[in-house]
Amino acid sequence: MEKLDQVFVHLKAAIVHLAGSFLPDWLVVIISILIPIVGIAMFGPVTMMYLTLIERKLLARIQNRLGPNRVGKFGLLQPLADGVKMLTKEDVVPTNADKIAHFLAPILIVIPALLVFAVIPFGRNMIAIDLNIGVLFFLAISATTTIFIFTAAWGSRNKFSLLGGMRSVAQMISYEIPFVLSAVPVFLITGTFSTAHIVEAQPGLHWFVWTPWGFVGFLIFFLCGVAECNRTPFDLPEAESEIIAGFHTEYSGMKFALFYMAEFMNVFTVSGLVVTLYLGGWQGPFLPSWIWFLIKTYVLILIMMWFRGTFPRVRIDQLMNFAWKFLLPLSLVNILATGVWYYLRAPLNFLISGLIVVIGFSFLMFVNRHSLPKKRIYRYA
Amino acid sequence: MYGFGVLKGMAVTFKNFVQSYFVKDRMVTVQYPEERLPEKERFRNFPFLIYDGTPDNLRCVACDICAKECPPKCISIVREFDAQGKPLKRPKIFDIDFTVCMNCGICEEVCPFDAIYMDHEFEIAEFGRFNELQYTKERLLKPEEYFRKIRPTDATRIAEERRKKEEKKAAAAVAAPSTTITPPPPQSK
Repeated sequence: MEKLDQVFVHLKAAIVHLAGSFLPDWLVVIISILIPIVGIAMFGPVTMMYLTLIERKLLARIQNRLGPNRVGKFGLLQPLADGVKMLTKEDVVPTNADKIAHFLAPILIVIPALLVFAVIPFGRNMIAIDLNIGVLFFLAISATTTIFIFTAAWGSRNKFSLLGGMRSVAQMISYEIPFVLSAVPVFLITGTFSTAHIVEAQPGLHWFVWTPWGFVGFLIFFLCGVAECNRTPFDLPEAESEIIAGFHTEYSGMKFALFYMAEFMNVFTVSGLVVTLYLGGWQGPFLPSWIWFLIKTYVLILIMMWFRGTFPRVRIDQLMNFAWKFLLPLSLVNILATGVWYYLRAPLNFLISGLIVVIGFSFLMFVNRHSLPKKRIYRYA
Repeated sequence: MYGFGVLKGMAVTFKNFVQSYFVKDRMVTVQYPEERLPEKERFRNFPFLIYDGTPDNLRCVACDICAKECPPKCISIVREFDAQGKPLKRPKIFDIDFTVCMNCGICEEVCPFDAIYMDHEFEIAEFGRFNELQYTKERLLKPEEYFRKIRPTDATRIAEERRKKEEKKAAAAVAAPSTTITPPPPQSK
């Protein structure tokens, strides 16, 4: 078990050891840096390819269809077929597009999506760089995605694209705040930004999600994460029934595939971060650590796909109301509950912190309730 | 209770997801090339020419009615002549352009000789655009047994009608075996 747990770590050590036997020292250092990079650069796109297949299969089953099953057994080669199709498609650039922005946006958008893989702890000792500001790095880098989405929207010179870009900016900025604030309780308890240390603070099954503040924080963080990756029901930037495809209306072929890739890698990394902060990361009994991490992450990804199969898209005002009037105050209440939890003793802290969260939740629900007038008054009719 | 509606919606989709693996009735997809739905008898698509017994003995008499009635004009018929230049009661050329045919079935309805019927064939895709879908007489000819197989109800009815007509004809021939064609009475001025 111990061997299986550390198999990738030992593999890396073996490769470095082998390289060290006949290469100069400085080259060995570079190789030891390159190994996780190559691993991530391979893992990210392959994950993305198969996530598209999983999503299509899952949505199909939800809608009582079969999903792709023609290319290979169970359609397992479908992603490769899609890739070949995307690569051979004609690359259409609108005449009036800003050529540079239009060309650069899909390339640049993959960079933050790949960069944030660096601070995700895939297993015990399996992290590309253990930054002491890991979570901050993640939040900062993933927020830059907005810029590239807007670059794409602006560069396309298309009204649908621009609308999608505008929506993206509004949505991302709104959801960034509860996203960060709902992560604050974890920093308060653990006293660190390092993802590896946060995971180590949740040994065994003592995950943060089992505490009142952890549960609420997990829900807020996960919902904001869904909004951050532009997934249904928060997929307003690419609302296909309203604005064609939003910011990637004018993209085809591999450029479109890169947007898709960035989106799915974001889905994976955000799920990975939620797992790291609230679901105990790679902690878990019996199974190797990296298997635990992948199980939890894929469960969250499947829940996101389940959302997509279930919910209709929210309206832009509902989206904004939800972020500013509900999630933001609730995450502030949650920080208070965390403080109470930190300073009180074992049975009492659960009670009081839970009480604060429940009262806060109920109060916000009461304040945000739908109030329809008894009789409709048509003022301008 | 807040959030209950959301959970209820998710339960519905989850039920659909799980049951799609176990409940046969849910999955209505027919995976076409491997499995196909049973052919319905009344299904009709693309005409064919019918013959009794041998391919020479086709029912078509080249009367040209179907070609005239055909809305997109996809049928072209040329009558056959014998050595003396006497017109024969069968077509020399009978072509149907399947790129033009719209499967309306009017040819079947107007044919007074029960010679042309709608087929059950629908997989007629070809790699060329021109001669491949120009169906000649040889490709259109199909035996009466085939018609009986694909549309048994219609076939029996039509066979019955034809039999009655034959009997009537025979009876008429027996009743007046030496009837000479009398010229119409001269019109009085």
